[in-house]
This record gives sequence, C-alpha cells and structure tokens, in this order.
Amino acid sequence: MSLLLLSALLILIFIVIYQITRAVEYVNLIRGDEVEVNKKNNKILAWILFIVFIAGMYGVYETHRLLAPIYLPQAASIQGVQYEKILLATIIVTGTVFFITQTLLFWFSFRYQAIDGKKPLFYAHNNKLEVIWTTVPAITLMILIGFGLKSWVNMTGKPPADAMKVQVVGKQFNFIIRYAGKDGVFGKTNFRNINDANNVLGLDWNDPASKDDIIIENGEVHVIKDIPVQFIINSRDVIHNLFLPHFRMKMDAVPGITTSLWVTPTITTKEMAKITENPDFVYEIPCSELCGSGHYSMRGTVVVETKGEFNRWIAQQKPYYALHKDDIEGKAAPVAPAPTTTDSTASTIAVK
Amino acid sequence: MSNEATLVLDNAAHGDHGHHEHKQHFITKYIFSTDHKIIGKQFLIMGILWAIIGALFSVFFRLQLGFPDTKFPIMEQLLGEWAKGGKLSPDFYYALVTMHGTILVFFVLTAGMSGTFSNFLIPLQVGARDMASPFMNMLSFWIFFASSVVMFSSIFISTGPASGGWTVYPPLSALKEATLGSGLGMDLWLIAMILFIISQILGGLNYVSTILNMRTNGMKMSRLPLTIWSFLFTAILGLLAFPVLVSAVVLLLFDRHMGTSFFLSEIYIAGKALPNMGGSPVLYQHLFWFLGHPEVYIVVMPSMGIASEIISIYSRKPIFGYSAMVISFVGITSLSLLVWAHHMFVSGMSPFLGSVFVLLTLMIAIPSSIKTFNWLTTLWRGSIHFSVPMLFAIGFVSVFISGGLTGIWLGNSALDIHQHDTYFVIAHFHLVMGVAAFFGMFAGIYHWFPKMFGRYMNNVLGYIHFFVTFICSYAIFWPMHYSGLAGMPRRYYDFTAWATFAPYQKMNAFISIFVVIAFFVQLLFIFNFFVSIFRGRKVTSLNPYGCTTLEWTTPIVPGHGNWEGPIPEVHRWAYEYREDTETGLDYVPQTVPLRPGEDEH
Repeated sequence: MSLLLLSALLILIFIVIYQITRAVEYVNLIRGDEVEVNKKNNKILAWILFIVFIAGMYGVYETHRLLAPIYLPQAASIQGVQYEKILLATIIVTGTVFFITQTLLFWFSFRYQAIDGKKPLFYAHNNKLEVIWTTVPAITLMILIGFGLKSWVNMTGKPPADAMKVQVVGKQFNFIIRYAGKDGVFGKTNFRNINDANNVLGLDWNDPASKDDIIIENGEVHVIKDIPVQFIINSRDVIHNLFLPHFRMKMDAVPGITTSLWVTPTITTKEMAKITENPDFVYEIPCSELCGSGHYSMRGTVVVETKGEFNRWIAQQKPYYALHKDDIEGKAAPVAPAPTTTDSTASTIAVK
Repeated sequence: MSNEATLVLDNAAHGDHGHHEHKQHFITKYIFSTDHKIIGKQFLIMGILWAIIGALFSVFFRLQLGFPDTKFPIMEQLLGEWAKGGKLSPDFYYALVTMHGTILVFFVLTAGMSGTFSNFLIPLQVGARDMASPFMNMLSFWIFFASSVVMFSSIFISTGPASGGWTVYPPLSALKEATLGSGLGMDLWLIAMILFIISQILGGLNYVSTILNMRTNGMKMSRLPLTIWSFLFTAILGLLAFPVLVSAVVLLLFDRHMGTSFFLSEIYIAGKALPNMGGSPVLYQHLFWFLGHPEVYIVVMPSMGIASEIISIYSRKPIFGYSAMVISFVGITSLSLLVWAHHMFVSGMSPFLGSVFVLLTLMIAIPSSIKTFNWLTTLWRGSIHFSVPMLFAIGFVSVFISGGLTGIWLGNSALDIHQHDTYFVIAHFHLVMGVAAFFGMFAGIYHWFPKMFGRYMNNVLGYIHFFVTFICSYAIFWPMHYSGLAGMPRRYYDFTAWATFAPYQKMNAFISIFVVIAFFVQLLFIFNFFVSIFRGRKVTSLNPYGCTTLEWTTPIVPGHGNWEGPIPEVHRWAYEYREDTETGLDYVPQTVPLRPGEDEH
C-alpha cells in the first residue's frame, strides 16, 4: 500500500516538474524565436558546463585528499614494489593525458560557444595531425608495455630454487592450506578421496609422502620474510581466487587445473603492524572470483614471520594423518584400499 | 506466395484507398509491424522497460553496499522473501548483480541501442524505403521479445534468477548444488541468451545487407554519415562474435543436463565427488570472452557514431578527419576480436599467451585516441550550440576519456594482476561502456525524437537530466577507482568483516546516495519521453536542426516507405557544414548537387 502511495506521489511530482518546465519553455518560445537554443540560454549553458568542469576538477582533488590516505600500506613484497613502480609511471602518463584532454574538451566547449557573427572554421582534415596522434600514443604505449611485460615475465616466471612451497585449496567458502611436512614432498591426492570429516583434500594414504603433510583448515598461511614462497593453487568445487592485496598479487583457483603464483614477502606482520600503527593488523586474503552466496565471507590470512618464528610454529603443527589417525584407520582399513587408487595416476594433481 | 495473397486481400478490403494512405490494422501497424521505424521504437521502448528494471536492481544492491546495517522495509514489499525484514539475502544480492549486468549489457545497450538506432536510422540515412528484409526485421524484434519474456520470468521463480555473475562462469553456473541461482534460473538465462543471439543475428544480417545494397543513387560508401559506419561495424562484429557465445551456452547446457564434461573436472561439492573428468573451466572463459570483449565495442560503437554526428551538427562544423574516423572503426573492429583474453590474465592461462594479449589490447587504445582527438578538433573553432544532445555528446567524450584511460592500466597484465576483479574494473567499464554508451544513446534519443514522433521532448527537463546524470556518473564511479586500487573485490555482499576494506564504508554510502539520485533522474527522463510522445511541442519545420543528412528530407512524420515521392539522390558527403552562398544557410544538404566549379569534398 505504502509502495503504491509512494509511486503515485512520485508521478505527481513528475507531473508538476513537467508542467513547470513546459511553462518555462513556452515563455522562452514566446520571447524569442523558435531556434533550438536561443542566444541567452546558450551563454548560460556554456557557463554552467564550464563551472561543472571546474567543480569536477575540485572534486577530483577532494576525492584524492580524502581517499588517498586510506590506500593500502606500502607493498609488502618485491613484486608489489615493482607493481607500484609501473603503477606510478602509468598514473603519470594517463593522468597527464586525462587533464590535458578534459581541459581541452571543456575549454573548447566554452570558448567556441555560438556567438552572433562569428563563423565556424571549415576544417575537415589534416593528415599531419592524424599522424601525430597516432604515433605519439603508440610510442607511449610501447614504453608502458615494455615495462609491464618485463615485470610480468619476472613475476610469472619460474620461482627461485629455494622457494618454499605451500598449497592453497579453495572451497566454498574458505581456503585450506597444506604444507609438505618433514619430507618436503606433497603426498598424492585424489578428489574422490575427499570427505569433510577426515580427508578434506583427498590425500591418498597409500602414498607415504602424504602421511606427514600438514593441513591448516582455517585458511591461515604462514610464510617467511625474504624467502620466496610459491603457492600451488587448486580448487575443490568452483573457481575461487587467491588474492593477496598487500602483496599486489592474485591467481585463480580452478578445479581440475593447478595454477601457481610466487611472491617474496618483505615485511613481517609485526613490522606491518608498526608501520600502519595498527596492533591488530592482518594480511587478509579475500576470495576474488565469485564463488556463490558466501563469496563475500571467504577469507584467509597470511602471517609473515621470521625464519625462527616460522620454524617454531611449524614444529607445533601435527600432520593431518596423525590428527585423524583413529578415524582414518578405523574406517579405511576394513575397506580394501584398492578402489581409492584405481585411477590415481590419471587424476592425481600434479604437485611436486 | 502468402505475401501476395495478403496483398490481394488487403487491396480488396481497402480498394478505395490511394496507395499513399495505405491503411493498416492497428495490429499490423504497431505490433507485428514490418516498418523499420516502428520496429526501432519497439526496441527503444523494450530497452527502456529493461533499463528501469536493471537500474532498480542496482539501487537495491547499492543500498545493501552503502548501508549494510540499515533495513529498508520498502525492499521487502517489492522483493518479498528475498529481502526479509528489509535486508537483502546474499543469494538474491548475487542474483541482482547478475541480472543487472545481463540486462544492461545485452537487453539495453545491445538490443535497445542497436535495435533502436540501426533500425530507425539506417534506411532513413542511406535513403531506403525499408530494411533489406522487413519480415526478418520484425522476427528479430519478436524473438528478442520472447527472450525478454524468458529472462523476465526467471526473476519470479522460487530459486531465483541466475546468480553467477553476468559472465556465468562454470562450474558455479553449471552445478545446481553450487548456488541457488544455478537451478532453473540458470536454464532460463541460457535459453533467453540463445533466443537473444538469434534475434541479434537476424537484425545484424539486415543492417549489413541494407547498408551494402540499398543505398540511394549517389550514396557512395564515402558519403555515409559516421552513424551508419558505426552501425555497420557494430553489426559485423555481432555477426562474428555472437555465434561463439551460442556454442558456450549450448555446451554449458550439455554439462548441466546431459552429463558431459566440457567445463567440469575433479569436483567435490555438496558432500560428493562428481564423475566429471577432463573438462576445463578456462575453455568456457575463452568462448565467453571471445564474444564478451567485442560485446563492449558492440555497445559503445553506435554511441561513437552518434556522438560524431551530433558534435559535428551542433558545432556547425564538419567532423574532423572523416576517413581517420572510418579507419579507426576498422581498427577497433578487427582488434576487438583479438584481445579477449585480457579478461583472463589471472585465470591460469599461460603467461606467455597473456603477454601477446597485453600487446594487442594496448594497441586498441590507438584508434580510440584518434577518435578522441578528432572529436576535440571538431569542437575547436566551432560554433557550439548547447542543445541537450550536444551536451550528452560532450559528456560522452568526457566519460569515454576517463574510462578509456584506465583501460591502459587494466590491459597491462603486470597491473591487472592486482586490479583484476576489484572495484577499479567496475569503475573502468561502467564509465567507458556503461555511462558512455548511455550518453550516446541519450544524445541520439533527444536528437532524433522529433523525427520519431513529430514532437519535441521537453528541453528544460533534458538539461536537468544531463547535468544531474553527468555529475552523478562521476560521483559514483570516480571514488571506486580508489577502493579498487586498494584491492576491494567486486561482487561482495558485505565488507564490514574485512579490516582491509572497512575504511571505505563512508565512501560506499556516498556512492549509494548518488545512485539513488541518478535513478530518479532517469525516471524523470523516461517520464519526459513518454509524456512528450503525446503532449510534446509539435515539430513544424522539416529540418529543425539544420542537418545535411537524408532523414531530414522526409515528411515530419514519415509514413511507411519514408519518402512520399521518389527517394532523393545524394550528391555530396554528409558533413558539408559551411556557408552556402546561394541559400545563405550554414549547411548544404546531401541532396544538393555540386555547384558549378565546386569540388567534391
């Protein structure tokens, strides 16, 4: 009912506005001739447009003043620092073009408003000008592409040999983290083995390498400062995305495909807490590929720490097998192990 | 055969009528019409209806984003179960986001845009009595209508419409266990898209063949107005790209219902492992974006054409660099088919492939910048009349620059790796293909409304519409660049639990307020549109704006067949905005023969 009333009110307001504006228009018509925009109005409109432009430029400044301070803290990885450099170059180039072209657009509009007795210039083409504004942008773009691709090749290339390897698996709606354990080898997995009670990643227990694998189910990744870390990324169900905003990196987690991304963190969580003057600072991982109704709450965290801190932490973690030993042996033993391994070669995620 | 039979019957029934006032029944004249002008208006009105729905949806989800802790009882009244207690459910939030994108991109800015202006203007501006195949043209609208009905009905089913984003990436969209919207709603989405594409192809074939074959005497390709060039390339692009989306949609339907594994592999969902092996979700993304990227040019190219035309008319100056404009259309059309994978830099695609696409993507900035500089030079030393269409055309150039420049950021994979799927992308594409395309569309509607309905729209309302919309567009999308650079992901229902993004809450509220204002101003425009059809000031002169093109040589309200006498002949290009010493006017229509001693442009 109130909705109906509201709509009726809206239509009534529109009718009133329409009638007023109609009256304004007819007054104009009676006063002047029937031309589309009369002289006086044209001048007023030129001014309004120009004032809107000036106000807009002030808005650009004001937005920057208010929003720039809440930008992310400094990039916390080598790759992120590189990103910021290219970003800055791009901002300078596109920013310059933005201010020049917008100013020309609105200045020309204002300056060349129709004035009695002033004739427009018949100026239909000039090949020299066309060549200039084809080649100048082309050369500028080539430079930006050059820097971009150099950095792209670096960041998507092979990780250094000493890189630590961590597997991140996305599922609706959290991240599961796996470390290879003492042997440094990830055990084989098969998605058919997955069950949420005692095998969240579908580890193949016939593979001895899987018995010491450590699984963190709350999405907390621990990495070491200044040591490159390679994330080996998978998904259990739909596409997710491992996004590390503070490290300026992201990569999709795609079911059936293994993707990877590597990054060299340079600032520990504690250091960042000091830099941002926020004692509760955390590196958050937002999922950034729509994955269903809980997408907005799919959150992981990264803890960057020193080597000593990391070693202490990992020593406290129990292998997943040990945690669920009774469960796994109680259930898996009676059932012959054969079915789980039937096509494990074909379907095992290639993780080395 | 049946055609002839109808004609005979028609003649028998209305034997006493002269062939000029060939009387038609209401149904054949206004509903199942084969007149390109009526079909154009049908597309326009359908587009407007869809735009209201699509925009309203954005208001709903902006209210959620701007005021996550506030309850809006009015939403419960409109959405019922989906907004219990006045707060959107996450499931329906995603459905709204998905439908907003689908509706605006396909139903409004593709069908509403090309459907309206290509249909209305092509025969009028090339000098043809109708489209190459009027019947196919009618079919195109009615299949679009059927598609609209299917899509609209999906809003009312119990599991809700599709909710996997307008790109509907599988496996999310393929598995009904993955999300509520991937049930029946997704099937309806896919069926509606197939119908939609059929309609677009029928329309596109017509546009291309009409432009190529049905130009009047003397209308060489080099004399076509830029609007027609833009419609031609838009149609060609649609014909090349849309069929690929059909393949993606059909394969997705197979995966959903026939147990195939084109896009599915190694999935454990809802407590069980699925049998699908060997498919690739990335394949779907390739197929989708092979259409999806050209699609954004399908959306924005007609606006470029319209803006070129209008800037020239109201500057009383020829468009600068006509041939450069045409060549840049060729460049955009061909390059746009080669850049799709820049949407997939972080999809797991090979990084080497990514670098090829970086190169091709940034190349597309070159034709775009040629266009921009040509528009600027056209304004230079013009005699600018600030009519409503002119303001929208200037606004178009402004937002096109703002949105286009950020494309250089996103097209560079080294930057995209951070900015992908954040609000930066939202800001970029809404400015460059959303607002820009709409501004072109508004400019076109205000400019050609007198030709469509024989009446003017209310100008004062038009000015209010322009200035408020222009300010709102920047107020809404400019701040989003900042949150996007800070990594704020798109398609989030709620940011309150995120320490990284919580500082942007005030900004989100600010944006939402401007969204509501913008929405009501668009309603005011729509009100103006419909009221002016019946109550607007009547057009009294044949060529009120002093244009050179052929549509202004037709009667004030052209009937079926457009010209009463023979179709006029064309003797010159469409941009002869110079003083004519013989008539004293500041333009020379295309129909005026070259004066003795005058060289063709």
